[in-house]
Amino acid sequence: MRDFSYLRATSADAARQTAALPGAMLLAGGTTLIDLAKCGIAEPDTLVDITHLEGLDRIEIDERGAIIGALATMSHVADHADIKGRFPAISEALWQAASAQIRNMATIGGNLMQRTRCPYFRDPSNFAACNKREPGSGCSAIGGVTRGHAVLGTSEACIAMYPGDLATALVAFDATVHLGDRRILVDDFFLLPGTTPDKEHAIEPGEMITAIEIPSSAAVRRSTYLKVRDRQSYEFAAASAAVGLELEADGRTIRDLRVALGGVATKPWRARAVEDALKGKMLEPEAVRAASLLAVEGAVDHGANHYKIELAPRVVARAILKMGETA
Amino acid sequence: MTKIPVHLDINGRHHELQLEPRVTLLDALRDRLGLTGTKKGCDHGQCGACTVHVDGERVLACLMLAAQAEGRTITTIEGLAREGELHPVQAAFLEQDAFQCGYCTSGQIMSAVACIREGHAGSDEEIREYMAGNLCRCGAYPHIVAAVRQAALEAAS
Repeated sequence: MRDFSYLRATSADAARQTAALPGAMLLAGGTTLIDLAKCGIAEPDTLVDITHLEGLDRIEIDERGAIIGALATMSHVADHADIKGRFPAISEALWQAASAQIRNMATIGGNLMQRTRCPYFRDPSNFAACNKREPGSGCSAIGGVTRGHAVLGTSEACIAMYPGDLATALVAFDATVHLGDRRILVDDFFLLPGTTPDKEHAIEPGEMITAIEIPSSAAVRRSTYLKVRDRQSYEFAAASAAVGLELEADGRTIRDLRVALGGVATKPWRARAVEDALKGKMLEPEAVRAASLLAVEGAVDHGANHYKIELAPRVVARAILKMGETA
Repeated sequence: MTKIPVHLDINGRHHELQLEPRVTLLDALRDRLGLTGTKKGCDHGQCGACTVHVDGERVLACLMLAAQAEGRTITTIEGLAREGELHPVQAAFLEQDAFQCGYCTSGQIMSAVACIREGHAGSDEEIREYMAGNLCRCGAYPHIVAAVRQAALEAAS
């Protein structure tokens, strides 16, 4: 790992301003940044450590929703009684991610900034071509081993999968990112690769994530995060679904439905076509399975990742039907 | 790069070091302080061999800069035993034969102590989930689960 200078931030404003200088980066839990520095991908000149700032780790919940400070750790949010009770998909997405040790270190703000696990991106010494690392250098994944790559939201420049779980749950429930006074939907915070896969987040130099806000809704109160993967734990999703369900008073008609996919797309993927197809309909297995196929509309595989196109709708259907059983 | 002063509080002892900012807590423990009980496995946060406690919570020493740990209370495997008496989790690992080569063991034990304290050792299924960040290439998992279960039961009684 190349050396850098280390500064401990004294205030959020000072941290933002210092991190805007060329070569400087914010350091929170470090679970992504220190790893990528060891891989030779992140090469900061200066790290601005914000983990000692007071007050940015608060979790505030009222009837309007939850505001979670950027420095709250994944483990504290996952174990928070009101997050478990009123935003279950958020807690489930968090405790099914990474490991207990990493969840104790990784912060909510840093989680949104985590980078892809594309093995070509992570290995610059063996694969020089990566448009995410070096714009214009090409994509080593296309034509390579693609089992873990995206089938939705890809471009000719990049097929790297977005690996996070939390953000998948956040986009399902219209959460927003607070960048100081600026607010932006999590769905808009993550960018499609298009021709600029190096630009992953709608955040500018001098900005810092200060909190995320999740509005209350009947759907998020009755929600789940279903994650299917190659091993039972400590693994990224082969396909996952965040689902929230609100039924009419008859207990069978769908009033509101939220669906987002993880493990299959280049960014957290809201599946509105599934939601629209089922709203107002009866919650019945055949209808749910048919509508869930809409989750992968427009999907393009690169050979070994074809299975995701079959798997994702099944995960969506299973999550919706599971929520239907929890009356 | 210029070295910076880093003060670390480890197992109840205070250490004053001069370190390059890039030095991880893991390298500071092993290479500067001779505390080699904490192991370096993958060095990328994937194996759990370097698990230590910072302010009582289990973390990975390979992904934390030593400078970040300044002002925190650090406990390593060397700090678990009290006056020559093994920590109950250490004793349970011996009794249950919960290792073969032993390389992952200090990380497993540090993780298990925290897992029990967090209240995440209520069933074998929960132990497996919350110990998933500690890999064992020898495959001693059934005995590791048994050791954690035994220590959790002892802690509860």
